[in-house]
Amino acid sequence: MSAFYVMIITSLFIAAAFLSAFIWSVKKGHYDDDYTPSIRILLDDPVSEKSNRKDK
Amino acid sequence: MNFLKEERKQETAAKHICYHCGEECREEIILADEHAFCCKGCFNVYDILKESDLCAYYSVEGATGISPDKAYFNGKYDYLDLPEVSEKILEFTNHPLSRVNWHIPKMHCSSCIWLLEQLYKFNPAVRSSVVNFPEKKVRITFDTEKIRLSELAALISQIGYEPYISLNDLGGQQIKNWNRTRLYKIGIAGFCFGNIMMLSFPEYFHLGNSGSDQNLRVTFGFLNLVLSLPVLLYCAGDFFRSAWSALKGKYLNIDAPIVLALLSIFGLSLYQILSETGPGYLDSLTGAVFFMLTGRFFQDKTYDSISFDRDYKSYFPVGVSVLKGGTEVRTPITELAPGDTVLVRNAELIPADAVLLSPEAWIDYSFVSGEAEPVSRKKGEMIYAGGKQTGTAIQLEVLRKVSQSYLTQLWNNDAFSREKENQNNTLSARINRSFSVIVLIIATVTFLIWYFVKNDPETAFRAFTTCLLVACPCGLLFSSTFTNGNILSLFGINRCYPKNADAVERLSHIDTVVFDKTGTITRSEEADVQFVGKELSDDELIIIKTVASQSSHPLSRMIVGNLAHIQISRRSLENYSEVRGAGIQVLRGKQEIRLGSAEWVGASSENNADYSSSKVYVAIDQVVLGFFAIRIQYRSNLPEAISALRKYGFQTFLLSGDKPADPHFLSKVFGHEASLLFNRKPDEKLEFIKNLQNSHHRNVLMIGDGLNDAGALRQSNVGMAVSDDTADFSPSCDMIMEGRQLSRLPAFIKLAKAGQKIIKASFAISLIYNILGLFFAIGGKLSPVFAAILMPVSLITIVAFTTAASKLAARRIFRD
Repeated sequence: MSAFYVMIITSLFIAAAFLSAFIWSVKKGHYDDDYTPSIRILLDDPVSEKSNRKDK
Repeated sequence: MNFLKEERKQETAAKHICYHCGEECREEIILADEHAFCCKGCFNVYDILKESDLCAYYSVEGATGISPDKAYFNGKYDYLDLPEVSEKILEFTNHPLSRVNWHIPKMHCSSCIWLLEQLYKFNPAVRSSVVNFPEKKVRITFDTEKIRLSELAALISQIGYEPYISLNDLGGQQIKNWNRTRLYKIGIAGFCFGNIMMLSFPEYFHLGNSGSDQNLRVTFGFLNLVLSLPVLLYCAGDFFRSAWSALKGKYLNIDAPIVLALLSIFGLSLYQILSETGPGYLDSLTGAVFFMLTGRFFQDKTYDSISFDRDYKSYFPVGVSVLKGGTEVRTPITELAPGDTVLVRNAELIPADAVLLSPEAWIDYSFVSGEAEPVSRKKGEMIYAGGKQTGTAIQLEVLRKVSQSYLTQLWNNDAFSREKENQNNTLSARINRSFSVIVLIIATVTFLIWYFVKNDPETAFRAFTTCLLVACPCGLLFSSTFTNGNILSLFGINRCYPKNADAVERLSHIDTVVFDKTGTITRSEEADVQFVGKELSDDELIIIKTVASQSSHPLSRMIVGNLAHIQISRRSLENYSEVRGAGIQVLRGKQEIRLGSAEWVGASSENNADYSSSKVYVAIDQVVLGFFAIRIQYRSNLPEAISALRKYGFQTFLLSGDKPADPHFLSKVFGHEASLLFNRKPDEKLEFIKNLQNSHHRNVLMIGDGLNDAGALRQSNVGMAVSDDTADFSPSCDMIMEGRQLSRLPAFIKLAKAGQKIIKASFAISLIYNILGLFFAIGGKLSPVFAAILMPVSLITIVAFTTAASKLAARRIFRD
């Protein structure tokens, strides 16, 4: 039966770790903008060389 | 730069699309690098982008650039460098780096994100720029030693994204922590709910009843108790606060029965766990809080880029040009004092009541008073704040401070201090109140019967609390929050943005619709220009456009705008003269050209009774060629929308600040002439609405756009602002609708009504679950497993039903 106590405590700790990860991410502003990052990732970085002058 | 300005006349049929902004080229066409541009501004942006090697901008899908602010001039943002201003605008300073978070209303597509995040390419002093698209904001970190704030503002204005800096910003920064707090609460409630449910699992299946498991059960019970504490004390805090403030105001709001249920469940669980008589119902308690919080999060979804509570302060500019000893100084508007001389350029706002020092001014008051056409003012005349100068720059002497001017007096009316929302009267609150009373009666009767008739005090207490538990009004709350959440997002998809769920509910009770005219049912910037008379040759058209473009008179500008395909002649004009109230006269070589009124050109003015259009006559060498009939354009589909409203039994009125126009057309649309009211001042509009409400007991929907409607919008049951660009300034209101959607107004009202029906239907569904639960609770037989199953099942049914029903209703309504 004592195994149960260890398991329960461990599982609570793991869950609490995830909760604090969530709180941390909210605090850091990860949930402030849920739209722009999805667009940003699709945009290419500009090529700094003058190679692609006419791109259309 | 090898661009050549096309002097050759363009074929009328061929339309040129601007490479930068994607609009059809009107007025002029600039050809460069095989691309066409509609104006100098668009070309300049292209040029800047090309120099910084950022032409990839145009290859981003759906990219359409923005034509930069034509009213921009050097020094426009100088006031930002004043320490007292910059201190309020900078979000964060850590020498030498500073950060601003600017609202960019013109941001509209993914290429905007791309370009604004490449700002460092234009100026290396910009360290980083990060866009928040839903809020239309860009957060720029920059080096204050290498670039000044005013230069930064000028840089982003140059590429077309003017920052929106208003007087409200100077009042102090507001940090939105609210959204984050709600997420914390949902996260914590979810965590506790999940763990309590896991620890309660053995109880559901009656496991662990043997003696050796007793210790484990006790431990689980205490763990559950500990886990439920943050939910009750922190996550449910808002419910307690709202219920308490309602109780202090001596009424019961929707949160009061919830709080009662939460407390009684917690009390019962506490008793069961401490006395080791049972496992309690903490899983139901935390689950209910968790789902209620998610429901509210869903319902209170905000439109980040739209502001509903703007007052006149955000309409005024932050900085104005003051002339001091002949030099122009940009000064914050709050420091404007009587006696100052201000310089107001084309399309700029008159900041305070003032006297005109320049010979003449054309003031566009359409936003303030509703008059469609700009009015002329002569030297020495008084000009009220809020108008916009059209034409050349003028000088004015300030008479009164901004806070004391005529325009701001409207805001002193009682209507602005009155709160429109009365939570006490929403449908769910009304149902809830009678519901709570009934549940309390049932619970008490049950308690009394068990206690006195059956002499079983323990079952009596359990039955009493479980009655409250299963009849917990959570189900009712879900019905309204999820339906409202769905309806709100459906409104948003169709470009109508209600301030909150309450506004939608009030919209469903509307029986009278009052329209403003200028800007609401007409489009101020577009006019229908038609030439009546002899067919004009291309050469004559060129002459007319060239002459008209010399004048700043609004009618001339409309003619110029209408002759988009014509190129302006480069030949010089001589002896230009403009006579106020009459017209203009020009010599071109030997030709004498006159544009203006009938008397001015020597034409006979036949039917003066025709109000519906303004006429500009054209004469070349004393020969009258005909006239341009310029008529205000009404939004298309408007007559259909209004006749549809009348068909459904709504009373419709037109309430305009303008002089009477188009009585035949409008009385046909609005039914009869009695419902057309013209020449109404802002306070008269407010009184009219008040009269409809008080004497005729009407629920009034006011639809307007300008500051002149602000009072009426506040006074009405639902105030709806119409705006062609939702990022533009609009007066404080309950809803903002895109101009194009105006014809869908009947559909929106129908959807709001459908929403109310859906709420009632899902109330009925949750009532079935409640009665089922009560049946067991009265008998004192409610087991934890039954409570644990009943709650999620009823929830899922309600959420599924409301979502499906509102989607279905919207599809049916918007299909036709």
